[in-house]
Amino acid sequence: MSTGNGSNGWVGQAIRRKEDPPLIKGQGEYTDDMYLPGMLHAAIVRSPEASATITNIDKSEAEAHPGVVAVFTSEDMAHDFLGPLGTVWAPPGVEMHDPGQWPLAKGEVKHVGQAVAVVVAHDRGTAIDAAELVLVDYDTRPAVVDPEQALEDGSPLVHESFGTNRTHDWSVGGGDVDAAIAEADVVVERRIVNHRTSGAPIEPRCSLAEAQGDGVTLYSSTQVPHIARFVLSGVLGMSEDKIRVVAPDVGGGFGSKLQVYGEEALILGLARRLGRPVKWTETRSEHMATSHHGRDQVSYVTFAATREGKVTAIKLHTICDLGAYFGLLTPFTPELGFPVGNGCYDVPNVDLRFTGVFTNKFETDAIRGAGRPEIMHWGEVMMDQLADELEMDPVELRRRNFIPADAFPFETPLGIVYDSGNYQGTLDMLLDHVDMDSFRREQAGLREQGIYRGIGLSTYVEVCGLAPSRAVGPQGVGLQAAFWESAMVRVHPSGSATVYTGTSPHGQGHETGFAQIAADRLGIDPENVDVLHGDTDQGPFGWDTYGSRTLAVGGESVGRAAEKVQEKAKKVCAALLEAAPEDIELAAGKYQVRGSPDKSMTMGEIAGAAHIPPNELPADIEPGLEETSFYDPENFVFPFGAHACVVDVDVETGKVDVVRWVAVDDCGPAINPALIDGQIHGGVTHGIGQALYEQIVYDEEGQLVTGSFVDYALPTAAEVPMFETDRTETPSPVNRLGVKGVGEAGTIAATPAVVNAVTDALKPLGVTFMNMPLTPMRVLEHIQGGARPTEQGREIDTHGQGTAGSGPARTEEGGGLR
Amino acid sequence: MSKTAHVDITVNGERHSRDVEARTLLVGFLREHLGLTGAHVGCDTTNCGACIVHVDGESVKSCTLLAAQCDGAEVTTVEGLARNGELHPLQQGFWDHHGLQCGYCTPGMIMAAADLLQRNPDPSEDEIREGLEGNLCRCTGYHNIVKAVQAAAGQEVRA
Repeated sequence: MSTGNGSNGWVGQAIRRKEDPPLIKGQGEYTDDMYLPGMLHAAIVRSPEASATITNIDKSEAEAHPGVVAVFTSEDMAHDFLGPLGTVWAPPGVEMHDPGQWPLAKGEVKHVGQAVAVVVAHDRGTAIDAAELVLVDYDTRPAVVDPEQALEDGSPLVHESFGTNRTHDWSVGGGDVDAAIAEADVVVERRIVNHRTSGAPIEPRCSLAEAQGDGVTLYSSTQVPHIARFVLSGVLGMSEDKIRVVAPDVGGGFGSKLQVYGEEALILGLARRLGRPVKWTETRSEHMATSHHGRDQVSYVTFAATREGKVTAIKLHTICDLGAYFGLLTPFTPELGFPVGNGCYDVPNVDLRFTGVFTNKFETDAIRGAGRPEIMHWGEVMMDQLADELEMDPVELRRRNFIPADAFPFETPLGIVYDSGNYQGTLDMLLDHVDMDSFRREQAGLREQGIYRGIGLSTYVEVCGLAPSRAVGPQGVGLQAAFWESAMVRVHPSGSATVYTGTSPHGQGHETGFAQIAADRLGIDPENVDVLHGDTDQGPFGWDTYGSRTLAVGGESVGRAAEKVQEKAKKVCAALLEAAPEDIELAAGKYQVRGSPDKSMTMGEIAGAAHIPPNELPADIEPGLEETSFYDPENFVFPFGAHACVVDVDVETGKVDVVRWVAVDDCGPAINPALIDGQIHGGVTHGIGQALYEQIVYDEEGQLVTGSFVDYALPTAAEVPMFETDRTETPSPVNRLGVKGVGEAGTIAATPAVVNAVTDALKPLGVTFMNMPLTPMRVLEHIQGGARPTEQGREIDTHGQGTAGSGPARTEEGGGLR
Repeated sequence: MSKTAHVDITVNGERHSRDVEARTLLVGFLREHLGLTGAHVGCDTTNCGACIVHVDGESVKSCTLLAAQCDGAEVTTVEGLARNGELHPLQQGFWDHHGLQCGYCTPGMIMAAADLLQRNPDPSEDEIREGLEGNLCRCTGYHNIVKAVQAAAGQEVRA
């Protein structure tokens, strides 16, 4: 069946968002905007220690504080929770240590910020005041914050019972990497640090729960209401029909709300216990400490190549700092990018190894890109490092290694099939926008004036569209879940429609994009398509929003459900116009008899007949006009693109300014080009933030140093340029829409482009390699340190700050190669 | 126990006379006492600007001001911007130019931009960017926010 775009051509148009009118008038409804009658407020007592035994909790003073309703510890709530929270990853044949994570600490704390007790009061201020009156005695133990030190013999153990800080080892490979390295003309090795970051949506997390009869409702600022219900039913020991989870307007997620947090279980438990609504709103300091972090990996990377610039092998060992406990995807997040381990390049030998490590820090988990930014970062930095070693233009090196456009579908040595691509095409378009020859002339001229300008490229491919369930589910990679997506399309008697999606937005524009997809297939205006989401009591079960899956899985499902409705509409129309259903076509918003456009009906007329059937309608056509689709793709989708970043580096202060950004992306045919551009702008800015400004830092005792936006610097409007965006459109054969995802692409592309640009700028000063974040201090250290010794291309790492991606600063140079 | 303060504040043209806990922040007064939830709290440290409203015509971060300090003041919030059902040019600009995604920073961003345009009706791109430095947005990369402000200023907006 190929009903395609229908007729009106709403798909492809940059129409204004349906979501916006309430939001621009201050009429959005975020969780913290909700006030229920009789609502109580919770505040959480958190550990100030990174590693300690709790020897006593005295809550008497807090309980006596006026306005306090209750103070609970883990002991008090021993019967409220059946089991702990933990990861959903159980890779077949891999030993994995998951300590489990209870909503309130049971006798021990393993990181700063761990919840120890909860205070419930009539108002938030009172709850916060009383939380400070809960006296907790701690017997502290040595903490470990550096993942490489945590692997050494004699390191303090985060969880004594495991006898090791190593959580698991996981590897994947193809070809013969060691032989290829032995035979290579050139081998480049680097130690590449991808430091710890925060998702930092501007809306902090908030949960509000109320009990009704034997059921509960949780309103929560979550990306994953369906998964939350699924997980919380197990933690609370309630059947799913008794739990309703609603994600109202959600103020950004970036992965930090792709989690089922202890606080969500806790607030639900409190609402059941107390029989009154209970709300908890995270402070920003709580967000920095206990909303999951991202990245924090140290990668030892080897690239082998011929003298002519053909990459023959990629070898990786990544040490992954996972923190003290597991969230949903904690141990899997670094590995999530493995399908694109060979990047855009035809490399026959690839070997990727990952080692997870416990430290006394909060958990890392999926943050925008989740595994792919890390893989593309080392991959694209290494391409420039290799080009430097070969004294070859980085553009030329990439050209020589691209998988050719006529080779798709392309099976990589890791057994992954890239669906479609034209990597040379996006790079060529990029170079139409950026004339490299004139840039080099300009650069040389500016250097004479003391201005250090550099350009950095990133040609990325990423993997998204989670699904396919068979590949990533229990018998595949080992996630204990499935990743199909649902949609229900209901046409009302007057011909307007409601679309229910199992995905759950937090700013992306699902309501607009999905309305466009449905409108074309139904033959109505998107104005008349309402898209509902984020409520487990509405519409079919779904798997929510993350991993750039929404359009390629959820949008495709909307398209398929709408196509089913269209088929039925054609049957109804055919019966009433006395034609064969196959002779009915949808054109210009009308269902008409092919060749007789005067014989036609609108969707309104058809829907009326479907709901109030006239006698002419045969009895074998069921009344109503509503269809559901459950769509599970057969493969991932692989968006790609080419970005260029231009920076100016002030060599006196070390300050880096991004002065130009050009992005050419390919996520298949556009549904709404404005939404695509918006995702790229935001995604790139997120990457610029990591590359230049943002870092979660713990000190040697495991104290969080960056506990607010005063210390954790998000980019502002003054730090980024206008973005120049362009697109190619290579359809994916995986789904009927031909679409891929774009929510994370900008972030995935961005960090190596920045690092390569700064390195390019500082080359005349002898700087050849740097690790993020390129803060003024870090850049100055490199400028002052100059070139490092090299030996047959085996350059010693010159990162200036710690072996851990989030560890304490060190004055000495970090470790060399292993 | 906490002391109370009497405040008499005019919000979006409507006068409100209340006894509030002395430590009540202006943003708390607006959100919890008046049910005006357009101003949001994003950071608690005066960094993000999601809470910006106008007090006596000037943009302020309402998370860093006590309600008691605003006794006798005229406050305008994002809810008070549209007049007679007509969107304010900035609201229109944000909608027309996809200047928001999750929308959480948007009320503060619009109020800060309104103050900026009041002081500088024809700002350059750099002046817009510097003028909005006190407002954080994690979604948009600011590109379309700049365009929205340019549109509201009646400037030509490049594609």
